[in-house]
Amino acid sequence: MDHKISRRGFLKGSLAAVGAAGAAALPLPSVARGEAQGELATLIDIRKCIGCEACVEACKEVNEHKFPRPKKPFPTMYPSRVKVSDWSDKQDVTDRLTPYNWLFIQEATVKVKGEEETLTFPRRCMHCQNPPCADLCPWGAARKLKNGITRIDSDICLGGSKCRAVCPWHIPQRQTGVGLYLDLLPSLAGNGVMYKCDRCYDRIEKGALPACIDVCPEKVQKIGPRAQIVREAHEIAKQINGYIYGEKENGGTNTIYVSPVPFEELNRAVEKGPGKPGLDPVKNSMAHADNLAKAMVIAPVAGVAAAVGKFYKTMKGISGEEAGK
Amino acid sequence: MRRTETRGKTKDGRALPWLWGILLGVMAFSGFGQLPIFKRYYISDIPGLAWSADFYLTHRIHYVGAIVLLALAGYVAFDYLLGNRRHVRLTGSGFVRLCLLAGIVITGVFRVLKNLPDVVFSPGFTLVVDISHLGFMMAYLFAALAFLIMGRGWVEQKSF
Ligand code: SF4
Ligand code: SF4
Ligand code: SF4
Repeated sequence: MDHKISRRGFLKGSLAAVGAAGAAALPLPSVARGEAQGELATLIDIRKCIGCEACVEACKEVNEHKFPRPKKPFPTMYPSRVKVSDWSDKQDVTDRLTPYNWLFIQEATVKVKGEEETLTFPRRCMHCQNPPCADLCPWGAARKLKNGITRIDSDICLGGSKCRAVCPWHIPQRQTGVGLYLDLLPSLAGNGVMYKCDRCYDRIEKGALPACIDVCPEKVQKIGPRAQIVREAHEIAKQINGYIYGEKENGGTNTIYVSPVPFEELNRAVEKGPGKPGLDPVKNSMAHADNLAKAMVIAPVAGVAAAVGKFYKTMKGISGEEAGK
Repeated sequence: MRRTETRGKTKDGRALPWLWGILLGVMAFSGFGQLPIFKRYYISDIPGLAWSADFYLTHRIHYVGAIVLLALAGYVAFDYLLGNRRHVRLTGSGFVRLCLLAGIVITGVFRVLKNLPDVVFSPGFTLVVDISHLGFMMAYLFAALAFLIMGRGWVEQKSF
């Protein structure tokens, strides 16, 4: 990434601008403010990113108060196959998602217009429109908010990690030794709390921009009502003969990437693994639930029809018997 | 004479308890499968049960089971109202189970709604719905087990 700009030198200046609590943060654009009813989406223009990681540092800084403070030693968990996930001694890791790093910069060396180039772009939770992590959370800890944010409540999460299993990008990351499970049956159920980008819900509530958007020197990201963001993404894609990711993936997300090269190529070029999501084409994970929900509306009617049918058959039988007497 | 009816004599009377028992088993298993415990507690290591750790598969099974449950509920309710009401009445234990089942179904309906793309509930409501679905289910299973041991059925014959 150093071919782009001096990251550290840049960081100092930009972080000062963000401010720890975001008091000095740039406000949300007026079109996004007061949009309580609608979903907000972000646009990430991959062409613009210089890989400086200012966004990564800003995310850490403003969200530090939400990070886990695990109690050690951790309670022994049974059975022994249950593994501790401890990132508390590796809080500085920035090259993947961790409970202490909700955003990282992914790199892909690809050919852009015949020339080899290393593209960099921020990766974090996509804030799906119908998020399986929240839908399938059995405990009500992960929820989708009306403004399009998917958030895991760290006071309620038990760290079972189901959200990571069902997330197509396996985004949420676990820290053992924190949260509600410690007060329940720490040896037998739960394993900490899951953490991920909450799209700075608290800053958005106050009308400020998410820190990563606010601090970016290249204005790589933009936030606004989803319809407008999608329109803009298409306009850019049209101008540059580019490609879009996140609009349709997993049934639609609130993070729309625009790239000058196809996402299949980026997907092939990025390093994938735990905490390092790929860019696969993702089908709607919750499609089965939508389809089966329709059958659920018909089911009781079918049951009632069967009972009524049986009743008429019995009545006919009785009147037939009476007529035959 | 008042007699607790656990097995009816008609064709549905014989089939219903079986169908209900199987359905309850499927719903309980696929429901527990929504908690991240089958892998932790070796259930999915049992030969032939590897699929039980697949949350999407158990979720689909739970939904299909719910469809059958709703159809059955519609059938039993109307069968009772249209005819059976004259011959049988709900026992006290049947009433308790019916209330708990109603709790499961109502919270279940809200969970299904929550999973639709355009439906967003408040965080507090989501929490109440999710936890009460689990709570009603646990209460139902304990009640059903207790009534099974006590030999209490859902309905009893009316004496004329
Ligand atoms: S998104 Fe912006 S802040 Fe983040 S690495 Fe790219 S250029 Fe830097
Ligand atoms: S990307 Fe994963 S964690 Fe984020 S909202 Fe979608 S399913 Fe949930
Ligand atoms: S939106 Fe907020 S929480 Fe999410 S990556 Fe950006 S700074 Fe971090």
